[in-house]
Amino acid sequence: MTALAAERPEPLNARALRRAARHERLGLLALVAPALVLIAVTMLAPVLWLFYLSLLSDGGQWSLEHYQRMWEQPSYWRTFATTFQVSLMTTGICMLIGYPLAYCLSELPKRAANLCMIAVMLPLWTSLLVRTYAWLVLLQRKGLINGWGISLGWWDEPLALVHNLTGTLIGTVHVMLPFLILPLYSCMRAIDRDYLKAAANLGASPARAFWLVFLPLSLPGLVSGAVIVFVLCLGFYITPAVLGGGKVIMVSSRIANDIEVFFNWGAASALGVVLLVLTVAMMVAAQRLMGARGLLGGQETR
Amino acid sequence: MVRNSSLPISMRQVTKKYGQVFALDHVDLDIRSGEFLTLLGPSGSGKTTLLTVLAGFTRPDHGSLKFGDAEMIARPPHKRGVGMVFQNYALFPHMNVADNVGFALRLRGVGRSESAVRVEKALDMVRLGGYGARGIDQLSGGQRQRVALARAMVFEPRIMLMDEPLSALDKQLREHMQIELRQLHDKLGMTTVYVTHDQREALTMSDRIAVVQGGRIMQLDTPRAIYERPAHRFVAEFIGESTFVPVRVAQGQVRLGERTLRAAEHPGADGARLLMLRPERLQLLAAGQPQPEGLNLFGGRLLTQVYQGDSALLQVALEDGTVVWLRQAIHGTGHAAPEPGAAVVLGLSPQDTLLLPAEGAAA
Repeated sequence: MTALAAERPEPLNARALRRAARHERLGLLALVAPALVLIAVTMLAPVLWLFYLSLLSDGGQWSLEHYQRMWEQPSYWRTFATTFQVSLMTTGICMLIGYPLAYCLSELPKRAANLCMIAVMLPLWTSLLVRTYAWLVLLQRKGLINGWGISLGWWDEPLALVHNLTGTLIGTVHVMLPFLILPLYSCMRAIDRDYLKAAANLGASPARAFWLVFLPLSLPGLVSGAVIVFVLCLGFYITPAVLGGGKVIMVSSRIANDIEVFFNWGAASALGVVLLVLTVAMMVAAQRLMGARGLLGGQETR
Repeated sequence: MVRNSSLPISMRQVTKKYGQVFALDHVDLDIRSGEFLTLLGPSGSGKTTLLTVLAGFTRPDHGSLKFGDAEMIARPPHKRGVGMVFQNYALFPHMNVADNVGFALRLRGVGRSESAVRVEKALDMVRLGGYGARGIDQLSGGQRQRVALARAMVFEPRIMLMDEPLSALDKQLREHMQIELRQLHDKLGMTTVYVTHDQREALTMSDRIAVVQGGRIMQLDTPRAIYERPAHRFVAEFIGESTFVPVRVAQGQVRLGERTLRAAEHPGADGARLLMLRPERLQLLAAGQPQPEGLNLFGGRLLTQVYQGDSALLQVALEDGTVVWLRQAIHGTGHAAPEPGAAVVLGLSPQDTLLLPAEGAAA
């Protein structure tokens, strides 16, 4: 026994097992490699290119003139303020509409809930442009809603429902709502209803059980839905452009303007970079805020 | 926590139908104050429905439910003031141990400092003192079980409901917790209704056992009576192992084929019966030797035997072809059992000669 062990300093099959582990790691790396390359080519490279363009002056020299202009002209400040205002308001309205809706869906039997989810998802499968112009038809001065409202005697003058903030918000909320409901709904579905029974058993009225147990447990879903909506809104172009009618100017419209009207890639890139940096900064801040509130995502898995 | 702080429970005609199926079929049940009563039955028997009616989570179609003198049947769960331990514990994952345990106190407006004292006391009671700041996901299964228990008893409910609280634990821990739960009940004295499908657990812990089947209570009695004097074949089969041999009663005598069996009790009216044979109540006697007096004797042939450590299980074919099981305790290492095929004689004392109503006969 001892003689045998002395002849073989390596423990039994240790090398073969190490090799097998290495092979597995390489295999996994090979599997993710296409995705990594794709991300590098389609995400990382354009962002770096954007950054590079934003640092070139109109004459092709290295310069900070685009950033300087943004800093000095108040119209840029207004654009960013509008962008964040529209995004925040859209997110807020989506949360107010989406939370009760997702809650009702999560309480339904599975089959009925699936049917309703299809109804919620349906808008996502139709063209964004079609939906946006449909809203234009509904909301304009001589549109369907004003027509009905006046003929029913609810109001006398056509309401300004479009080409302003109201119209923009109606459109963005409509487009963004599914993105909030999806994560929120699946989070709510995963909440074991025994928690609510336990709360009731311990003396909580339905309202208090909701407030103390269900709401905190659904918060991770609400937060991730809200983050998706907010970030998508920041870069939203078509709907605010059409329904805002040039009165609600968001960063994306301005970028399109810079390129289509002025052919100024540098200015457009600078806007894109600032928007990206602000978005990332807000995400980090939100993450910090959530992190400080403890393990809200601590779902019990069984 | 004060003793004598328990309430009796009384159920009358409680009925719950799902479609055409009775989950509860006109259940009458009286649970004494301070009693540890177990609802025992297979899955789908209605035992859990019965418990959820007590807790208020299931609204029956009709019936009466009283805690003490107060009618509870229509009262919502949060106004019933009963403690409950859930099968999966249902500990709130977004709260630590102390917040879970203190939840009921918080709802009752108990002040922060008093609440902290009572939470710590409850945690001490389940031997988890000092665990208050832990997260739920940092606890083992047994610890979660204890937290759930502490949470249910911290507000000193006079009735405690437990829905298979030990089913998620491994065997060793489960047996340990059975004793511990029972001791805790004896210390606190609240009326406890315990649901399980584990017959040994029911026998170990209960003052009385209600055997539930098909939405009805088949038998309600002490563990000993349930085991030794089952009222129905179902109860006898569900609790313990047994073989049944059809017999007849004629003129006050128990007849097995042409033979007359000795029974300790008068067998009642004439008619068909089932003789219940518990494996451990049968004695294995040596064939071809003088037999002890006073036993009912059955000749047979050994078919197989199974070694089970503390005992051996022997399968014996009686002369009329009936196959019965016999459990023989193994007292020493030198234990020798007869070979398969050997002729054996089984003895059954008149006290253990128990008759059950035959199939189809009115119970």
